[in-house]
Amino acid sequence: MLKIENLHARVEGKDILKGLTLTVNPGEVHAIMGPNGAGKSTLGNVLSGRDGYEVTEGTVTFNGVDLLALEPEARAAAGVFLAFQYPVEIPGVNNTYFLRAALNAQRKQRGEKELDSMQFLKLVREKLKIMQISDELLHRAVNEGFSGGEKKRNEIFQMAVLEPKLAILDETDSGLDIDALKQVAQGVNALRSAERGFLVITHYQRLLDYIEPDFVHVLADGRIVQSGDKTLALKLEEQGYAWVNDKDPALTGASA
Amino acid sequence: MSEPQRTPFVDSLLEAAAQARLPGSGIGWLDAARRENLEAFAAGGLPDTRMEAWKYTALRALGQRRFAPGDAQAATRSIDVSQFDLPGVDGPSLVFVNGVFRKDLSHVDQLPEGLSLQPLSQALLGDIEPLRFALSRHYREGGDVFARLNAALAGDGVVLRVAAGAQVKQAVRLLFIGAPAEGPLAWHVRHVIELGDGAELSLVEQHVSSGAQQDLGTQVADVVLRQGAKLRQVTLQKASEGSTLVRHDSVHLDADAHAELYVMELGGSLVRHDLHAVLAGDKSRLDTRGVFTLRGRQHIDTQMSIRHQALNTASESVWRGVADERSRGVFRGAIVVAEGADGSDASLSSKNLLLSGQAEIDTKPELEIYADEVKAAHGATVGQLDERSLFYLRSRGIPLAEARAMLTAAFCRAVFDGLADDGLREHINTQLMAHLPSA
Repeated sequence: MLKIENLHARVEGKDILKGLTLTVNPGEVHAIMGPNGAGKSTLGNVLSGRDGYEVTEGTVTFNGVDLLALEPEARAAAGVFLAFQYPVEIPGVNNTYFLRAALNAQRKQRGEKELDSMQFLKLVREKLKIMQISDELLHRAVNEGFSGGEKKRNEIFQMAVLEPKLAILDETDSGLDIDALKQVAQGVNALRSAERGFLVITHYQRLLDYIEPDFVHVLADGRIVQSGDKTLALKLEEQGYAWVNDKDPALTGASA
Repeated sequence: MSEPQRTPFVDSLLEAAAQARLPGSGIGWLDAARRENLEAFAAGGLPDTRMEAWKYTALRALGQRRFAPGDAQAATRSIDVSQFDLPGVDGPSLVFVNGVFRKDLSHVDQLPEGLSLQPLSQALLGDIEPLRFALSRHYREGGDVFARLNAALAGDGVVLRVAAGAQVKQAVRLLFIGAPAEGPLAWHVRHVIELGDGAELSLVEQHVSSGAQQDLGTQVADVVLRQGAKLRQVTLQKASEGSTLVRHDSVHLDADAHAELYVMELGGSLVRHDLHAVLAGDKSRLDTRGVFTLRGRQHIDTQMSIRHQALNTASESVWRGVADERSRGVFRGAIVVAEGADGSDASLSSKNLLLSGQAEIDTKPELEIYADEVKAAHGATVGQLDERSLFYLRSRGIPLAEARAMLTAAFCRAVFDGLADDGLREHINTQLMAHLPSA
């Protein structure tokens, strides 16, 4: 489904991704772990099409389509969803209105019929149950005045409504206490399916206790330096990221 | 200052004055006031941008234009007014076409108790003594050129009174329609509005057009709120794209009076709105909320001044401006807290959004305080749409153009949140959305 090959990207003239290769198939959950500055968030931003990220080499295809050639809205319509590390507050735009506009914009781009307000409300009610979000958040402006946990849950709730093929979770665990973390993980797990792939970007192993990955990749200095199953995450937790650097002297040489 | 040049603009209006047969002529003091103001207009001409009040609004191009004295067919033109209907606003109304009162289009039958509502042209035929104070004003400030012109040439307008203690439940609507005539013409309306002690009124002032004419309209309004009176006024300005519209509102508040003024400026080519309010009585309160959105080469200039001159007075002003393409917005908000107006509370927020690199907005809050124990706050910003918000919306599938429109509407929306009338508020938001750039 998602094929990243030899991806190089730079931000403000600085090379961040330096040859990243990764394949995500439907139904798979991939965790990307790595130290600060390894390029974790850059990966999420490049995939979702944020301005300011220049791809200098490599390709990304999504179900055979050149993802990098698409505008952010077209990537969303194609089925790519980014759960933001820092969800943006948008005063004056009602949460429900925004979500319906987003869903219908995607459907329109895909040539599907738009949902009327009754159909949309029905869908929202179903999804609310999954996320255990209170109705009250829906009536407020997008993320405005939401607590950290509410913002992250709102991201997963949007994901539930938009039903993407590939969900990228960018450090969704950051800033969450253990209860909020569990709630978010529960929502994500409810959305796991054989048709949907996940890319879970995180600094800490903690989140992976609740969202069990099929694959774990270690990202360091813009490349995947190690891949394995979920035990790799535990090993990182025990030994820290220094272990990765020790293990791969070529890497230290390359970054110098 | 050098001798003002006789421009085609001034010439054409002086010609209009020479031909005019204004209602009320023959009344000595009114003739004198009209004459004096006309002389001042002729002598002063149009101000240039060296004058502070016109610093950002150049009138050179206007000075080269000529306007016909009026529309001979204004009283009979066939116009479908239903296209200008507002939800929930179906009470008494006065309708004017090119500045001329149209009884056939107005609703003045069965007025609610305590409401007196008539066109100035008719009021001038009756007991005019109550109008004397307002209509004998002499505009001496050099910047008040259009008020002078209006005082010299206005023969119609609105005379509205609410008796002491009367609460008018239904909103009163004042509708000004610009309609295409043979060529560009000038029209002038003059309003005198007074709410007696404890009176309450909801007023909707609407400026619209039924064509693409390039007229000049001037309006001068004197509004007086006696003790404890409450006024809520909503002004919806959607004049034709080529028109020039100049409005000059003076609002006077006695003790415990409360005025809530909402303004939406969408139309016109060159629009100027002067709003001068005086909080003259203790504990009087003024709230102003305004939005202007501009595109093309529109130019909209709002000059607001609020004077606190009594104890414990309050004013709160929230204004938003949006400029796209090559348009230009100007906002000046001047608040004066006079000596002795202790305990006053004044706040002013002017936030502005530029949607194009060629658009410009000049905002200037001014605060002068001569009293003690005053709370005053003001803020003004000019910025662009937030890139992070735009990306957030796009990442959810909302196309760029729609995302921009959505954020722009959100930027303006808060201004009308306080408007209690749901139907009208929705109408305003819809109009705003329709006017905002979609690309």
